Amino acid sequence: MNQAKIQELFNEPGCATNRAKSDSARKKGCSKALTPGAAAGGCCFDGAKISLQPIVDVVHLVHGPIACEGNSWDGRNSWSTGGDLYRRGFTTDLSNLDIVHGGERKLYKAIRHAVEIHKPPAVLVYQTCVGALIGDDVAGVCKAATERLGTPVIPIDAPGFAGSKSLGARLGGEALLQHVIGTIEPPDPGPTDINLLAEYNVNGELDQIRPLLARIGIRLRTAITGDARYRDIAAAHTARANLVVCSQAFVTLARKMKERWGIPYVEGSFYGISDTSVALRGLVSLLVDRGADLKLAARAEAVIAEEEAKAWKALAPYRARLAGKRVLLYTGGVKSWSVIAALQEIGMEFVGTSVRKSTAEDKERIRSLTGGDAVMIDQLPPREMYRMLRDGEADLLMSGGRTQFVALKARTPWVEINQERHHGYAGYDGMVALVRQIDQALANPIWDQVRRPAPWEG
Amino acid sequence: MAQLLNQPKPLATSPLKLSPPLGAAMAFMGLDGSLPLFHGSQGCTAFALVMMVRHFREAIPLQTTAMSEVSTILGGMENVEEALVNIARRARPKVIGLISTALAETRGEDIAGDLKLILARNKDLAGTRVVFVSAPDFEGSLEAGWAKAVTALVDGLAEPAPARREPLPRIALLPGVHLTPGDVDHLKDMVEAFGLEAVALPDLSTSLDGQVPETYVPTTLGGTTPDEIRSLGRCRLAVAVGEHMRPAAEALHAKTGVPTVLFDRLCGLEAVDRLMVTLSTAAGCPVPPKLRRARGQLVDAMLDGHFFFGGRAVAVAGEPDFLWSMGHLVTEMGGRLAAAASPVAAPHLAELPCEQVVVGDFDDLEDQMLEAGRIDLVIANANARQLCRRYGTTLFRSGFPIFDRLGAAHQTTIGYRGTRDLIFQLGNLLMEGHGHDSTAAPG
Repeated sequence: MNQAKIQELFNEPGCATNRAKSDSARKKGCSKALTPGAAAGGCCFDGAKISLQPIVDVVHLVHGPIACEGNSWDGRNSWSTGGDLYRRGFTTDLSNLDIVHGGERKLYKAIRHAVEIHKPPAVLVYQTCVGALIGDDVAGVCKAATERLGTPVIPIDAPGFAGSKSLGARLGGEALLQHVIGTIEPPDPGPTDINLLAEYNVNGELDQIRPLLARIGIRLRTAITGDARYRDIAAAHTARANLVVCSQAFVTLARKMKERWGIPYVEGSFYGISDTSVALRGLVSLLVDRGADLKLAARAEAVIAEEEAKAWKALAPYRARLAGKRVLLYTGGVKSWSVIAALQEIGMEFVGTSVRKSTAEDKERIRSLTGGDAVMIDQLPPREMYRMLRDGEADLLMSGGRTQFVALKARTPWVEINQERHHGYAGYDGMVALVRQIDQALANPIWDQVRRPAPWEG
Repeated sequence: MAQLLNQPKPLATSPLKLSPPLGAAMAFMGLDGSLPLFHGSQGCTAFALVMMVRHFREAIPLQTTAMSEVSTILGGMENVEEALVNIARRARPKVIGLISTALAETRGEDIAGDLKLILARNKDLAGTRVVFVSAPDFEGSLEAGWAKAVTALVDGLAEPAPARREPLPRIALLPGVHLTPGDVDHLKDMVEAFGLEAVALPDLSTSLDGQVPETYVPTTLGGTTPDEIRSLGRCRLAVAVGEHMRPAAEALHAKTGVPTVLFDRLCGLEAVDRLMVTLSTAAGCPVPPKLRRARGQLVDAMLDGHFFFGGRAVAVAGEPDFLWSMGHLVTEMGGRLAAAASPVAAPHLAELPCEQVVVGDFDDLEDQMLEAGRIDLVIANANARQLCRRYGTTLFRSGFPIFDRLGAAHQTTIGYRGTRDLIFQLGNLLMEGHGHDSTAAPG
């Protein structure tokens, strides 16, 4: 791995957390050292794959032993409105002989085979720990394959042991910047073209965003990478503005697109009602600054006013049902404060919210929303989480799949809110969907029965 | 007799293979108070953990030595030591399964040697048994890792039978990885019906059968205890299920002297009959009435069900002994095993009642299905869903992983009762696909 590149990715001037650090702290980078025997979470390769796999029409080829792809394929809920090539697992499945002799020839043959059979617009090749350890030159093979096969073959150099999932996502963005974006000039660039960065179309969330953009008159060139086509990402440099939905993953990509092609960006979120409006306004203002029709702003305000009113109206009936319910929010990915604001609006209370991956700015907003530090949690060991729920300190846990069973075993309602979730929660409709889901979880009749002891227990 | 097609190919598409460390970790899930540890990068653990969580719908204790690029190059002993000490302090497990991955094995670490040094110099580890399993990802599949873990547990923990003491009226069970918690539960029931005790190694039926404990437990809860493994030598007989359990059965016999018998499968009338004879002999008593009635029900299910299997083309994909069990049942009911795929070669697969068995992935199964023409039913894990959707074929989800259906842990396909229910489920799917569905509206 290129240490200089990792250093550069860690020192992101576009990142508020990074800016707030001292020089020496900044040099250490933002990945926390992992503790053997007490670590949780995915690896660098996992992060790269999550951030790029939503490109639906390419072959995602994993160069490594079976664990890396065999244990993970078809496991993510990024939807496609096109084909399903991206969902099929492709791997060189390195055997012991490959490890002895080197895997480069096998990799080349694998790429050739994939290109011949599936004729994709590109092949993305993911390096893994074992490929890196035996010194396979993935970049070299990709270069040779690109030249001989006439199909772009792109190396994603993010082996698992290089660092965290978050670093992997950033390395994925770096690869797009280096090899993909700007390689195709589209015939139809328009004055209101935008990209959504780090939007992965989890459970079809783009369907909750695209109609809003369309009504305002904004054209989505591509999401990077949800439901994306390779050629659209290659033409993403012609967009007039970028919206970074998850800054952790792609803020560096946004900054570099600004430097290279002059595309301004804004960070925002489609989780929560007011946040959706802020994000839309931000986009419109960038576009208008760059010469888009002024009517865009008026249309945006009309859509925002109508959608906000509709959403609040849809949420109103839940106020009576959910007011006073206490939520424990434990997540890294979704920007916590935006969900908090919306749920507080209908009267729900927060007994805790994780700020593991929140920026200083995020924390400040959480503080002002909840009136103090008390609810901010950095780490919550599962044992303590179980105790809180078992003792009835919260009525509901909202978290990622990893802690699902802590809640369920404590016989506590649980709502899933991360990558692997099974519902889309983006935009105005998405917020209503989330509240509906919360209501269904809390109101389900099983809780009464499952909490009751068996008749023979006291 | 089947021809085993084992052409090495550069590209696996829609893999059928799973990693051996995952199989080994699953074996440790069937031990009480256990916490397996992968010696690799944290992704090795995360992927395996998520797969088991999605399949069993349970919290899965599994840790990582969290190897970085630097520690991989310099050697991972320090990471192993730190991980073991951390786990012992925080979770106090009775057993830690230290499982190597491709990462550690590619570098060629002497993990067993390192472990001796680590155990000798850490008092914190005194109360914990650490069992090392070498399971590089590049050798074998799920079965290989599971079998290696069970063999390592036998070698590491079982003790020879005490001299001049009568064996207990107890049967040791060595279930293969293709047996679900429900299967193991049923197998133990059958043994106990003969008035014998049953000890399974591993025993998923008491650890991953879905319980709601009253406290938070950071290790496994339920499963075989270390004491039960130690005293395996006092069993009257050991019953291993699945060809891949042969090395574990041989290790148990060598270590303890307990007579062992290996059943290639426990699905199908004749197969279960053989088990009944074995258990009846071991118990010295006739087959109990309840099991005789169950046999009658299976015979009747075969009579009722055979209409819907006769002449139908079925595709089966999975680990060798899963394929062996399902493939035989389908053909015993009159169906045709029209396509068969296994992620790894196993000699006994050449005895399957079909023309060809392809060693490969779901793409190879798809090719075979296309060659075969019409396929009425596919039996495989949930990863077959994409190809079944493409071809509009019905999928019966079985094996591992099943991440998009409930109750995977309780699917029971062994014994008279399990076989009976399997025939009903498969028969119903075949019935639907054949216009026999009486509830369908006419026209």
